[in-house]
Amino acid sequence: MTAITALLAGLLFGVGLMVSGMANPAKVLGFLDLAGTWDPSLAFVMVGAIAVGTLAFIVARRRKRSFLGLPVQLPASTTVTLRLVLGSAAFGIGWGLAGFCPGPALVALGAGYPKAVGFVAAMMAGMLAFEVLERAKSSLQRA
Amino acid sequence: MLIDLANFTPGLSLAGGLIIGAAAAVLVLFNGRIAGISGILGGLLSLPRADMAWRVTFLIGLVGAPVIASLLGQPAVADIQASWGQILVAGFLVGLGTRYASGCTSGHGVCGISRGSVRSLVATLTFMAAGFLTVFVQRHVIGG
Repeated sequence: MTAITALLAGLLFGVGLMVSGMANPAKVLGFLDLAGTWDPSLAFVMVGAIAVGTLAFIVARRRKRSFLGLPVQLPASTTVTLRLVLGSAAFGIGWGLAGFCPGPALVALGAGYPKAVGFVAAMMAGMLAFEVLERAKSSLQRA
Repeated sequence: MLIDLANFTPGLSLAGGLIIGAAAAVLVLFNGRIAGISGILGGLLSLPRADMAWRVTFLIGLVGAPVIASLLGQPAVADIQASWGQILVAGFLVGLGTRYASGCTSGHGVCGISRGSVRSLVATLTFMAAGFLTVFVQRHVIGG
């Protein structure tokens, strides 16, 4: 059952990205180009998503268990760290270079665009690099 | 500032945003999890691998959505202007950066801000600023 609700959530997420225009890097770059002819559309995506999201998290926060009886796992960390800021900056540079963030890249991959396949492969290499660096760091700390 | 009225789609973008919010709502209310794409994908690459099933089915839904849309005669349009070199560098930075930041546009930008998280607000303002700056340099300094 949890696999089915997750599948439904993924499908809805993909539909939302396509309908909103976020799956199109040219439109994302039009939003990020403040100094050119600016397309403010993506601000409307955020407004719509955060409006529904806020309601959902008000309900979720009041419950210890989800509707399917699973623990509600919300991030516990509240401190702003250097790795949060530097990681976000690196992500933002990549986002600005290609116009893809992770969700839209996976939608464009599903639509069969070769460059989206290349982007996702490079993105997964970056995620694996993180895993390797984190493991090296924790083994250094143990030694 | 000039507004790009030819490409401005406030209605569709708002509707798409509401659907994205609904997706995040389904995942947190039924599965108790945050709809953060980088975390869901990155979690599959980290050890020990736990709770694989919901991650895999969520990603199948996300990648399958454009396949179904295409079968219904509404193929997803992605106009990719970046060169292959830029694509590969950008992809690597997005993968590495989102894992260090513990989230991307969905986990921080949508879910985090919806939860009222200060961390997510800082992350979102940082990646948006970096995105604005990168496009400015590329289009108006280098390309200008």
